Amino acid sequence: MKVIKIDKSEFNAGLEKLENAYRLFGPVKEQSYYAFKALDAGEKPDLEYTNTRLSAKSLLYPQSEVLFEYSLDKSDADYAILKEPEKDYSPRAVIGIRPCDADAFAVVRRNFETPEYQDTYWLKNYDATTLVGLACDNPVPTCFCTSAGSGPFNEANLDVLLVDTGDAYLARVLTEKGEKLADSAGWTKPADQSEEDVSKRRSEAESKIKSRVNTENLKDQALTSLYDADAAIWEKEAFSCINCGTCTYACPTCWCFDVQDENYGKSGVRIRNWDSCMYPLFSVHASGHNPRGQKLARIRQRFMHKLKYYVDKYDKGIQCTGCGRCVRMCPVNIDIRRVCNQMNSYDPESCSCAVTS
Amino acid sequence: MQNPYKPYPVRIDNITVETEDKSLKTFKFVFLNPEDEKKFAYRAGQFAELSIAGLGEIPIGIASSPTEKGFVKFTVFKTGKVTSYLHAMKEGDIMGIRGPLGNSYPWDLLEGKNVVIIGGGFAFTTLRSSIVSMLQPENRSKFKDIHVIYGARSPGMLLYKDELTAWAERDDINMHITVDGTDDPDWKYHKGFVPAITEQEAPPAGTDTYAIICGPPIMIKFTQPVLDKLGYRHDQIIMSLENRMKCGVGICGHCNIGKELVCKDGPVFTLEQLNKTPKEY
Repeated sequence: MKVIKIDKSEFNAGLEKLENAYRLFGPVKEQSYYAFKALDAGEKPDLEYTNTRLSAKSLLYPQSEVLFEYSLDKSDADYAILKEPEKDYSPRAVIGIRPCDADAFAVVRRNFETPEYQDTYWLKNYDATTLVGLACDNPVPTCFCTSAGSGPFNEANLDVLLVDTGDAYLARVLTEKGEKLADSAGWTKPADQSEEDVSKRRSEAESKIKSRVNTENLKDQALTSLYDADAAIWEKEAFSCINCGTCTYACPTCWCFDVQDENYGKSGVRIRNWDSCMYPLFSVHASGHNPRGQKLARIRQRFMHKLKYYVDKYDKGIQCTGCGRCVRMCPVNIDIRRVCNQMNSYDPESCSCAVTS
Repeated sequence: MQNPYKPYPVRIDNITVETEDKSLKTFKFVFLNPEDEKKFAYRAGQFAELSIAGLGEIPIGIASSPTEKGFVKFTVFKTGKVTSYLHAMKEGDIMGIRGPLGNSYPWDLLEGKNVVIIGGGFAFTTLRSSIVSMLQPENRSKFKDIHVIYGARSPGMLLYKDELTAWAERDDINMHITVDGTDDPDWKYHKGFVPAITEQEAPPAGTDTYAIICGPPIMIKFTQPVLDKLGYRHDQIIMSLENRMKCGVGICGHCNIGKELVCKDGPVFTLEQLNKTPKEY
């Protein structure tokens, strides 16, 4: 692995060179919060941010995305035939994504790419993207990435990791995609004595993360006993839940979508939109029967999916990277750390949790 | 990479009204591109998404048999936005089908066994596919006794009446057709609910006997204890489920029951498998 030193005074010049080879995306301040945006020519990402309000998932998986176009004009030769629209899959680079959000791509990839079926839209976006991460020096109290398979300096799913050293970035070039990007930006100056500096900063950042989830028992817990833990877990958590769905929209690893046809006169599009298991419509049958008709069933579905079904299905940890967005944004203070620790410590014999907060 | 959301274009070749209340119609589709038919190679028990541009998609069991070539058939109950529109479509209209989807009935396991097919109402479609396929001369010898218990509210609500009558005449399949009630004095089959007829007519349980159940929840609820009483093990009871679906390929997340996805891991499960999942169907 190459480590390059980029003086901050030269960083923007590198980004300008990148604009020739990549479409750039990065965090930008919008009113009181940050969001990932496609950067206009000359526009720079604001790397002084903690994290964006919504996750980075929309970079590969837009909240609304056209899957097909069709004509509803009966005189057209291709009337009612669904056709894939032209899309821009030219190289793009995300500058300054946090490791937790990059790790979330690895989580959702298990859903979008399977041996039988491949979600071509997500995968083409993923393949076109180079991820330049920004190590997290100042995690906030809702961060728990270190116990959720991620970490403030995690490199596992990045092409480059930038470490802020004050007047310069140390760029750890991790993949071929990363090398190509560093070359395009003209970032070539090797860094000296970087490893020590980086591990010190990494340890400091990790030590600032005080909250955690315990997940070691989740796999061995019986699926049906956790599902049936109404009195110990689900009734209490469901009591305050208003099924607003904010957690699912903010979450970098919530991947569910709805598909709708939208017509405009004689033409239309088939689009997919992020959907939320918090809503009754998510599971209602055409007959009116709804397998998850009660909100308890819906909140249970969300946590069981992330912390049990996913764990059992993939054996790759939990479906969560500890970004803490759902904790910060939940209007009624439902906290996935509390739910996870309850599930992890649930004792089906006594129907109680050793840990309740 | 193949786009899993893209339907094959088809033309509606024929529409048959199946029931006296006209709520069920069978649509026979022909592929616009003949090579798509080969790609659509399916097994009995699988389903497909019927796609109408401008309306959306619906997951429907395949009613034709893999042994019937040149077309695919689906029997559709008129109930929601897409099915209501479909019921108003005409022969010659263009739409799409996407599939085949799901796992099918476990044909490898069923080979060499007695098979009891239990169906109710309009959930008889993939069972029709199975029966037609099993009765083909090249397939019939692969199975021992075949029993079919099929019930509807009234004679006019039975699907595929001509075929039912023809099968009832054969000696290589035991048909037990029933209706909840009828005032037709010429009715020559059973009267009574499916669970009762099952108790009366189903063959005894044995290591070589498997039951396939497909029907409305109420029928399943009361048939299951009957099979228990007859001694069927839960791994010998095979059921086909349905749930709200969007993608049909295990990606959109709508149809899960626990960690299983009805669209991809199902729709066919044994009762033994279902005993280990939440009852969210």
